[in-house]
Amino acid sequence: MERPAEASVAATPTLRVGPQRFRELGLMLQAFRRDPLAIASLVVIAVFVFGAIFAPVLTPYPRQGLGDPNILEKFRPPSLAHPLGTDNLGRDVLARILFGGRTSLSIGFLVVLIAVAIGAPLGAIAGYYGGWVDDVVMRVTDVFLAFPSLLLAMAIAGALGASFVHAMIAIALTWWPWYTRLVRAQTVSLRERYFIEAARSIGVRSPTIIVRHVLPNVFTPVLVQATMDLGSAILTGAAISFIGLGVRPPTAEWGTMISTGRIYFIERPWLAGSAGAAIFLVTLAFNLLGDAVRDAVDPRTRRAAE
Amino acid sequence: MPQDETMAVQQSSSTQSSDRVLLEVRGLKMWFPITQGLVLQRRVGDIRAVDGLDFSIRRGETLGLVGESGCGKSTTGRAILQLYRPTAGQVLFEGTDLTRLRGEALRRMRRRMQMIFQDPYASLNPRMTVGNIVGEPLEVHNIGKPEERRQRVQELLEVVGLNPYFVNRYPHEFSGGQRQRIGVARALAVNPDFIVCDEPISALDVSIQAQIINLLEELQDKFGLTYLFIAHDLSVVRHISDRVAVMYLGKIVELTTRDELYSNPLHPYTKALLSAVPIPDPVVEEKRQRIILEGDVPSPANPPSGCRFRTRCGLRMDICAEVEPEWRETAADHWVACHRV
Repeated sequence: MERPAEASVAATPTLRVGPQRFRELGLMLQAFRRDPLAIASLVVIAVFVFGAIFAPVLTPYPRQGLGDPNILEKFRPPSLAHPLGTDNLGRDVLARILFGGRTSLSIGFLVVLIAVAIGAPLGAIAGYYGGWVDDVVMRVTDVFLAFPSLLLAMAIAGALGASFVHAMIAIALTWWPWYTRLVRAQTVSLRERYFIEAARSIGVRSPTIIVRHVLPNVFTPVLVQATMDLGSAILTGAAISFIGLGVRPPTAEWGTMISTGRIYFIERPWLAGSAGAAIFLVTLAFNLLGDAVRDAVDPRTRRAAE
Repeated sequence: MPQDETMAVQQSSSTQSSDRVLLEVRGLKMWFPITQGLVLQRRVGDIRAVDGLDFSIRRGETLGLVGESGCGKSTTGRAILQLYRPTAGQVLFEGTDLTRLRGEALRRMRRRMQMIFQDPYASLNPRMTVGNIVGEPLEVHNIGKPEERRQRVQELLEVVGLNPYFVNRYPHEFSGGQRQRIGVARALAVNPDFIVCDEPISALDVSIQAQIINLLEELQDKFGLTYLFIAHDLSVVRHISDRVAVMYLGKIVELTTRDELYSNPLHPYTKALLSAVPIPDPVVEEKRQRIILEGDVPSPANPPSGCRFRTRCGLRMDICAEVEPEWRETAADHWVACHRV
C-alpha cells in the first residue's frame, strides 16, 4: 500500500505545492542538517534564547541586570569578575546583555507574531473574496508601505510615548502589510485549486474555508518570511530604543545600551561594543536561518544540495 | 456487473412521467465577461461558455454530457451546482430554483447535491487527513456527534472500497484511484440525491477507470443516486449513461436515450463524434467511415450566427446561417436542434 503511493507522489509535480507534513518535514530536516550555516545560526540563536531565559541564574549580578546601579564599580574594563566590563552605573555588562536579550528577543518574536496575526488573515481574506474587499485591503497596505518603515515606526512610537509595548506595536504596525501581500498572492493562486472549489460545493462557509483550507496551505512561505524578519525586527526594535522611543532605562535593552555606551565609545568600547555584537550576531543568525529554511522548504534547492 | 441493472433503469425511465424529474434546467446561460482597462474595467464582450440549455434529469438516472474540450460541459455542471452563478435561466431542483437561493439557504441545499472532481490530486486538501476530508461535509452540515461522524466516515471508506484504518492518513499517501475513491466518499457523506461527476475518470490510469466506473454504478443502485456524468470519452458515457446529451460550443445539439443516440444519431455533430469511436469488432471496424470535421471550434466569445455548428457541418444550407435551429422533440425522448432533421 505504502510503496506505490509514494511512487505516484514522486511522479506528480503538482503535489509539491502543498508540503505534505511529515514526509516533507523529514526531508526538510535532512536538508537542514546538511547545511553548516543553518546549524551554526541555530546554535547562536539557541545560546541567546537560553541566556535570556536563564539570565537570573547565569549571572552573579541579577539585580544589576534588572537595573540596580553599583556606582562604586563603574567603567571597569573586562576582567574575570566582569567578563565584559561594567557600564557607566557600574553594572555588569554581561548581565545587562543577558537581561537585554529578554527585551530584544521578545520584541522580535512578538513583533513578528503580531504582524503575522494581523497580516496573514487579512491577506487571505483579500485574496479569497477578491473584488472590492481585495481593493480596500490592498490599498490600505499600500498606504502603510508608502512610508519608510523605520520612520513610520518612529512616528507611531513617538505618538504613543516611549515604552516596551508601544515600541512593539509601532514596529508591528509597519510590518503586517508584508504578510498581507505575501498571503494574498498565495491565496489568489490557491483559490483556483479544486479542493477549495470542493469545499464550496460541500457547503463549507467562506470563513471556514479560509481558516481550514487556505491558511494551512500558505503556512510554509509565511514561516520562511517570519524567520528572516525576526532579525530585522530585533534590529528595528534596537533602533527605536537607541533613539529613545522604545524601552526606557533602567530596563536592559541592546539598543539603549548602545545609545548610552556610544558617549564613552573611544575609551570604553566594551559598553556599546558588546551590545552591538549581540544585535549583529542575532540578526545575522536569523537571516541565515531564514535562508536555510527557505532552501530546505523548496524541493528544488533541496535537491541541488543533496 | 450492473450493466443489466442500468438497462432496467433506463427502460423504466422512458415511461417515467415528469413528476419523476429531479432537476430541470431552463434556458441556462453562463457568460463570462471579457473586460478591458486596469482601473475602470469596461465589459468589451462575453465568453458564452454555456448559452441556453434546456433539459431535465430524472430521479435515479445517469445523464451523460459529452462534447469536446471547451464546449462548456464542466461549466454546465458548475452552473447547475451554483459554483458559478448563472447569467440567466433557472435550475429547478425538485421545483426549487437554485439560481434564486442565496447564502444559508443555498448552503443547506448543497447537502442534496455534490460533485466529484476530475483531478483527484488537486481536489483533496493536502493538509487534511482522509478522515477530516470525508467527514467535513458531515461537520459543516451539523450531522451527528463527533463520535457518530467518525463511525460514519469509516463506513463510507468501506463503502468506496478503502480500508477504514486510513482515516489518519494524508492524501499524498494514496494512488490516483484511491484518491478518487476518497473524493467519492466525500460526495456520499451527506447522502445526496444528485451528484455531478466532472470527468471523474479521465485523470486516472485506464486500468483504474473501470474500477471507479463500477463503483459509481454500484453506489447508484445502492443509494438511488442521480448522476450528471460529464465526459469526453464516448465509450465510457455509453457504458454508464441512461440518456446522453451532446454539447457543442455552449449548446446541447442532441439529447436522447443511450441506445437511440448510438444507433440512430440525428445531428451531424453527433454522427461525426460517434464515427470517431473505434468498434471492438475487426469486421465492422474495417467498414467504419470516419467523418472528419473541417476547421476548428469557433470562439465562444463570437459564436457563428444561426446554427453554431454550420461552419464545420458537411450538410449546411443557407438557412443555417440565418435561423438558429429549434430545439425540438423529433421522436419520443429524442431531442435535437438541426434544420436538416
